[in-house]
Amino acid sequence: MVLNLNKYLQKKVEAAPLAVFRIFFGIMMLGSIVRFWANGWIETLYLNPKFHFSYYGFEWVKPLGSITYIIFIICGLASIGVAIGYKYRFSILIFFLSFTYIELMDKTTYLNHYYFISALSFLMFFLPANAYFSWDAKKNYKVAFQRIPKWTIDCVKLMLGVVYFYAGVAKLNSDWLFKAMPLKIWLPSKFDIPFIGDLLTKEWVHYVLSWGGTIYDLMIPFLLLWSRTRYLGFALVVFFHVLTRILFPIGMFPYIMIVSALIFFDDRLHHKILRIISNIIKVNKKIFDNGKALVYGKNLVNQLNYGVLILFFAIQLLFPWRYLLYPGELFWTEEGYRFSWRVMLMEKSGYAQFKIVNKETGKWFYVDNSDFLTPFQEKQMSFQPDFIVEYAHYLKQHFEKDGHQNIGIYVECYVALNGRLSQPYIDPNIDLGQEKDSFKHKTWILPFKDEIKGI
Amino acid sequence: MKKYWYLTIAIFLVIWACSSDGSGGDTGGTDDDGVPVTFDRGAMLVNWADNIIIPSYKAFQSELSNLNAAFETFSADKTVANLEALRTAWVNAYTAWQTVSMFEIGPAESVGYRLNVNTYPTDIEVIESNISSGTYDLSLPSNRDTKGFPALDYLLNGLEENDTDLVARWSSGTEAENTLDYIAALLTDMITLTDGVVSEWEGTYRNTFVENDGSSATASVDRYVNDYIFYFEKFLRAGKMGIPLGAFSGDQTPNTVEVLYKPELSKSMFLEGLTAVQDFFNGKHFDSTTTGESLASYLNALNTVKEGEDLSKRINDQMDSARDAVTGLGDFKTEIETNNPAVDMFRAYDEVQKVVPLLKVDMVSAMSISIDFVDADGD
Repeated sequence: MVLNLNKYLQKKVEAAPLAVFRIFFGIMMLGSIVRFWANGWIETLYLNPKFHFSYYGFEWVKPLGSITYIIFIICGLASIGVAIGYKYRFSILIFFLSFTYIELMDKTTYLNHYYFISALSFLMFFLPANAYFSWDAKKNYKVAFQRIPKWTIDCVKLMLGVVYFYAGVAKLNSDWLFKAMPLKIWLPSKFDIPFIGDLLTKEWVHYVLSWGGTIYDLMIPFLLLWSRTRYLGFALVVFFHVLTRILFPIGMFPYIMIVSALIFFDDRLHHKILRIISNIIKVNKKIFDNGKALVYGKNLVNQLNYGVLILFFAIQLLFPWRYLLYPGELFWTEEGYRFSWRVMLMEKSGYAQFKIVNKETGKWFYVDNSDFLTPFQEKQMSFQPDFIVEYAHYLKQHFEKDGHQNIGIYVECYVALNGRLSQPYIDPNIDLGQEKDSFKHKTWILPFKDEIKGI
Repeated sequence: MKKYWYLTIAIFLVIWACSSDGSGGDTGGTDDDGVPVTFDRGAMLVNWADNIIIPSYKAFQSELSNLNAAFETFSADKTVANLEALRTAWVNAYTAWQTVSMFEIGPAESVGYRLNVNTYPTDIEVIESNISSGTYDLSLPSNRDTKGFPALDYLLNGLEENDTDLVARWSSGTEAENTLDYIAALLTDMITLTDGVVSEWEGTYRNTFVENDGSSATASVDRYVNDYIFYFEKFLRAGKMGIPLGAFSGDQTPNTVEVLYKPELSKSMFLEGLTAVQDFFNGKHFDSTTTGESLASYLNALNTVKEGEDLSKRINDQMDSARDAVTGLGDFKTEIETNNPAVDMFRAYDEVQKVVPLLKVDMVSAMSISIDFVDADGD
């Protein structure tokens, strides 16, 4: 076993696939940053709001006024550095840090695909993606290798496999499979899409897409791994992501996934791609074909690298299951929901009306949420308990500063989930000002009056 | 095999290219096999525009012109009887206003119609100074609280104890002349705004509104449902009841009721507004018992697919109990002045409030309409 592991770690493959992956990743990230800026989202999401929802333990990460633009510039420059492989390790580190900082500024904007980018860029820091067809390799013969250990490419494949497979596992629940929810709500509203619009209103289509999506997610890593089904798998990847792009506003994510899936192909395709690129940018590709193979010695740094990567994947594999430690329905409480590749599983919306009560006199008044939150923040806040308690604390501080004493913060909150009628969500008799956000179960979430079976 | 998947991708790229950011497009269409699983949003928009919005506006427009005529009669012959007729015309126009106030979309939205016609409480000090100086620009946003129905309310009902005194006050002198000029200016301002809105609806905007029958966030249904809920929350619930009750400040402020100088009307104005909102929900044609495609029938159509509970009935039931609770109250100002806290009115307010989550959470979620269009990516 140990021997086999050693043998596996020594196994070498062409470095081209990882180089292609690095280039496309960098370009996609640059595109994402430019698009984000051009859409004015830096202002609307980070600069305009008065208040930001923080991740637990990351309250110190906040937008920095106009310096926020500089973070985006740094992130954009770093992604260029990654794409061309210029001081790669430094570039990918800066990219990881700046991108993650941006995502941590306000959890209102949380998307699984942003988390995917952060996780992937962390992983890429440990991979020799600049060994081939990079600025670094061109300038420094010592770091240029035509062949690299196979495990480095397998890490990326494993990461992609985890994303798809876990997304598929998360769909194994009764709402998704037996009620075709939430697709049954979302798809009919897309009736105006040319050609397929009418189909989207049919109930059987909702079931086909629910089951198809589940099978797709569970199967795709294996279809891509096995050479005989690889073309089919890739065609499905393109089909699926283009379909989601047509149906839903999901930004750059489909492109990123389509391009990432190329890493499963063998190196002939990647050499072909690199030849095309080298023709465009007029770089002699042959100088990289030096026949050298990268060998990781048994020094402390490399051992540490292995350790970090094993830990990273262990977390990736285990973290999505943390919800099992909480009582109650996951979709309802959302305790352990994020960072688990649960994508598009819920049509959930809520309404939260906060009440500020003077505990001595009993005098009270309601809060107009639009005084403090953007519509987007209010929308996200109204059905997620950690947002609700954080906002309650903000309100307490705000009104205490205004001179109100001995106040309690109560909320009347209603939430509708996957086509069910709205139900009371938070115990209206609990003073949220006294409750702390933590990883413990939030006892003031009222129980879900239905059952969703499955994982 | 390879050619096949290229083809698949190509077909999807074509559909994608046609669809990206698409607004407009075809109508919902009906199902060939006879089962109405889909709902025709276009038909609903036609019903809204032709049978509800435009007729309501035109009725309001004609009430305004009656009001103007009554004012001209009074100006020419200042008698108590003519003053009473003027006040009746004002009440009729104000009541008709409650049926159009919620249509703040398109032409109304671009001129800020609602705030121009009915911003209260009105600022009587500025009104007095406008009248005595004789120079004012009613089109300025800063003058919104010195005009419209609330300003007329002050002038007709707030200056004197009885009509004989008011007729005497307006019979002669510079103040009388200036005041009547001011009223004439207020009426002209309201008529001009209204004529503008009506002519746009009767002109090109009707088709713009009806043809934008897609499902994007900028489509008519999505945008108007947002405006409709906004009206319910901010103007009907908060403006007419919540703010005077101090629901958002903790202090009851009876002087912020609508129609402050004839406060027995506040409640009926609220009830008019609530009925208009409910009639709109049910697609009831203006001044008729006929109903057409509506939010209610849309929910019913979706319900047949979803096999869920009957949401449209729940919304109607809740609006009915809100109406019952409010009808049982005395006039708003008295309720608030004589009771602190005004327990009964708060109880009625809670019934009104309960409609909000039904509309804002259940209805929009069933229709997959996003509340306050947010321009950001999803997962």
